[in-house]
Parts: sequence; structure tokens; C-alpha cells
Amino acid sequence: MQQNELDRQLSRIQDKLTGIDRKAANRVFLPCEAENVYEVCRFLFSELGLRFVISTGIDATGYFEVLHHFSNDESGCVVTVKVFICNRESPELDSITPLIPGAEWIEREMHDLLGITFRHHPNLQRLILADDWPEGVYPLRKEVQA
Amino acid sequence: MKEPLRKSVLAVGPFHPLQEEMEFFQLTVDGEKVTDINVRLSYNHRGIEKLSETLQFDQVPFLVSRVCGICSASHPLAYVQAVEEIAGVKPPERALYVRTIINELERIHSHLLWVGLGGHFIGYDTVFMWAWKYREPVLDLLEEITGNRNNYGNVKVGGCREDIPDELIPKINQELDVIEKKTEMLTKAVLDDPVLHARLKGVGVLKKEDAIKYAVVGPTARGSGIAIDVRRDDPYAAYADLDWKVISQPEGDVFAKAVVRLLETFESIKMVRQALAKLPKGPVAVDVKEIPPGEGCGHAEAPRGETFHYVRSDGGNRPVRHKIRAPSYVNVPSFKASCIGADIADVTLTLAAVDPCYSCTERIAVVDGHSAVIHDYEELLRLSREKTARIKKDIGTSPMKLEAF
Repeated sequence: MQQNELDRQLSRIQDKLTGIDRKAANRVFLPCEAENVYEVCRFLFSELGLRFVISTGIDATGYFEVLHHFSNDESGCVVTVKVFICNRESPELDSITPLIPGAEWIEREMHDLLGITFRHHPNLQRLILADDWPEGVYPLRKEVQA
Repeated sequence: MKEPLRKSVLAVGPFHPLQEEMEFFQLTVDGEKVTDINVRLSYNHRGIEKLSETLQFDQVPFLVSRVCGICSASHPLAYVQAVEEIAGVKPPERALYVRTIINELERIHSHLLWVGLGGHFIGYDTVFMWAWKYREPVLDLLEEITGNRNNYGNVKVGGCREDIPDELIPKINQELDVIEKKTEMLTKAVLDDPVLHARLKGVGVLKKEDAIKYAVVGPTARGSGIAIDVRRDDPYAAYADLDWKVISQPEGDVFAKAVVRLLETFESIKMVRQALAKLPKGPVAVDVKEIPPGEGCGHAEAPRGETFHYVRSDGGNRPVRHKIRAPSYVNVPSFKASCIGADIADVTLTLAAVDPCYSCTERIAVVDGHSAVIHDYEELLRLSREKTARIKKDIGTSPMKLEAF
């Protein structure tokens, strides 16, 4: 899919997004509401056939962000779905692993390091942290010193 | 009361007998057949993403080059590309070429390393010795260019730290000629060896649809017929100026992955030659004063596939978030698709991500103590070829020719 075709396709899910940010020629960010994340990722992965690259979990003071990065390899464009999770006490988000098995590890990792629970994840066990790591300590949160 | 169903679990690791890093595979087996696989990792988690938040932007490349000793050019490159995207910096032309040359030399030595290890894993230790021997001059070249055999520390935001001295170019070209000849010999031997065909074809098959589901990258994807390569798809450094092709094979088995890696080595040699011939004059770095607030994605094609870095800046002198995705992170989970239903012996081969190879002997003289016959190189080569022809006839495989690709 060439870039102009991708742009045209992305406008089809505009109602599920809160914006389309183009930060560089080949970088598109798609901020969306948390409840739409599965649907937006399904559209990108299953309908447009974009490749899942990885996700990034961020502790932005006061809230969490989860970014799902996809790549349209034909035009080299990285498309990033950006979700904000405002509930800091018990952050939750729909898992995309049932859709994309390749996301299993990174969601487990974000669960380990940031304490985000992914709903409907088939296997949300520890991946990064050791078995004897204390419960409730999330190393990638900002309050934890490096 | 009925007894609960019991299943046998075969534990491989955490100290893997073949691999140097710690991983733990739990294979659920039914006799010889593997019915499920569970992977545990992170026995040696170093917290590099967290550490990166404590370092200044120009210190991070030294940290991320240590993500992996073999891919120690691609990780910092992906990182600086992300930061350059935030800052809107364009490095000088010559720097882009120097980056390309170092990254392709890295790919040559990495692919040769895997060919050697692949040989070792299946018991062809001669291949291990030879491939690693040919790899050595590549490391020497990297040392001459950057000062280090690994962890080059040559790339920085805005360009490169060290230039390639023009006097060194003829030497690099000379070494490339030798490496190309040796790699050609190894490749021909692999394509022509009936034992390798018999052992590796149809083993550890990763089907194209599974490769997409698990989002695999690099030679693992290209060996399953998915012709993706960041160097071509989202060109960085000087790749857009060079003439080369993306290698892919449709079969998805261990053999296909090996062929992809071997043929890619030739493409890399070609690219280094072209980049050296076209190397523009001028400085290798521009000054970068500060990094504005923003976020950027950088990716580069490491020898094992795409390495992806996401960097966020708040306008200070340190990244507030730095995400690193190494290619193996998406390649390893695909074992679930390629190993289930296979025999244990094949699974260990697939798990070890084998790049098989076969080598003829060279430059040695063997003295047969009983008959006092001296076999020189030519004689050994002839004996080896005769043996290969004999096995071929017995097994009945069809040979492949390098020229056919």
C-alpha cells in the first residue's frame, strides 16, 4: 500500500480516533480513546495488513500511555496508535494479543514493568521480573529510582 | 478416582548447552513429538531502558551499543535516527555512507558467525572453524575504522565520531575480495551438500501466515517469503543510493533461513564496495546543541532483523522514555508456530536458530600414517567432492546452483 492510499484508508477510521498527527514524513501517530484501541489495531492489522512492530508503555506523570507501533512496509511508514490510561490506581487496557499473537510478550512486559493490566490477555504471567520480585513494585514507573 | 492426565515436560535451560545466553524452554512432549512450548527469559535483565533515562542524549549510544555485542552498530544507529527525527537534524552525506559501511561490515561478520555456529550445532565443526576464521578479518577492519572490534561507539547524534581514512579504502576492498571468495565457497558447499538438504529441509517450518501473526522480522521473515527489509522499505543512511536486492525464500524452513543469510552476505559485500567507491568528501558530523521536546521512532535493519527504538524528549538533556525492541523479541515467540508437532531433535535445531553450512578443507596437508600418502589441498578437495557425489547419489537430492538465485 502506497503512502497516499494509506492516508486515504486511515481517514476511514477517523471516528474512532481523536486525531491524526503526522510528526515526520514517514511517521503517523493516531491518538484514540482507550475503549477503541482494539478496534483501531484490528483495522490496521487485519484490514490494512500492517506489520505489528512493538508497543511502548510510558509513565507520563499522572497517567500512562500505551503506544502500539505498526509498520506499512511498502511505504516505510510507522503508524503509532496512542492510548492514554488515566486511572493511575488500577490501569487497565484491552489486550491486542487475541488479535496479534506477536503482542503477547510486550503486553506481559508492560504488565511487569508498569503494572498495566491487559484485559482478555491469554497468559498475563511474569515475563521480565524474577519470581521473587515483590508484588506491586513496577520498575519502569517514574517513582522507582534507576 | 481417576488419575489426572500426566504430561511430560522436557526442560532446556536456563543454561542452554549451545547458546551462550540464558533462556529456559519448557517443551511438553508426547513421546518424541513436541506438543507445546513455553519460553521463560530475562534471567539477565539489565534494565537498559530505565538506565537510558538517566543518561544524556549523547551518552546513550554507548549504552545501547551494549544491548548486543554482535548488533552493536544497528542499535545505536536506530537510536540516533530517532533523536535526529526529533531534532530535525540531517547528518552530512559522508556520515551516512560511513554508517552504511560499518553496518554492512557488521552484517557480514554476524552472518558468518551464525554460519559457523550453525555448523557447530549440527556437528559440522569444520564449518565453525572456517566461518569464524573468515569472519576475523572483518572484525579487524572494524577495529581499524572505529578502534573497536565490537561496541564500535562510532555513531552519534548528528553524524559519526570517526571517519574512514581514505588510505584504508584499498585495504578494505582487498579484504572484501578475499571474504567474497571464501563465502562463495561456503555457499556453494551448502547448496550442493545432500546431507544438509536432508537434515534441514522441511525442518522448523514457519509458515507465511504464522510469520505475519508473530510479526517476525529479518532473515526469519525473509526465509518465510516475506520480503521486508528496513534498508529498502524506509531507507536510512545511504541505502537508497546503492544497488542491491532483498533476498527472500518461500519455504520457511531452517534451510531457507540459511540460504537467505548466506546470499545476504554477498549483497552486503556489494554494498560496502559501492559505498566505498561513492564515499563523498566532507565532514562526518554536524553540531547538535539541544534536543527539543518531541517523540521519534528510529529503526534499522540489524543482521537479525529490524531493531526499533522509540525516544521521547521533554526538552531536557535526557530522554524521558526510550523503548528498545531487538529483532529476537519478535522472532523467538514464533517458535510456538514452528516447533509444535516437530520431533525433539528438530526442535533443538530450530530453537538454536541454526544457519547450517558445510565446508571443504583447505590449505592443509594430511599425512596418512599407514601408507605415507600425502594428501594436499587439491587431493582433499577431490576426495571430498567424490564423497559428496556418492552421498548425493544414495540420497537422491537435486542440487542447487548459486547462479540460480
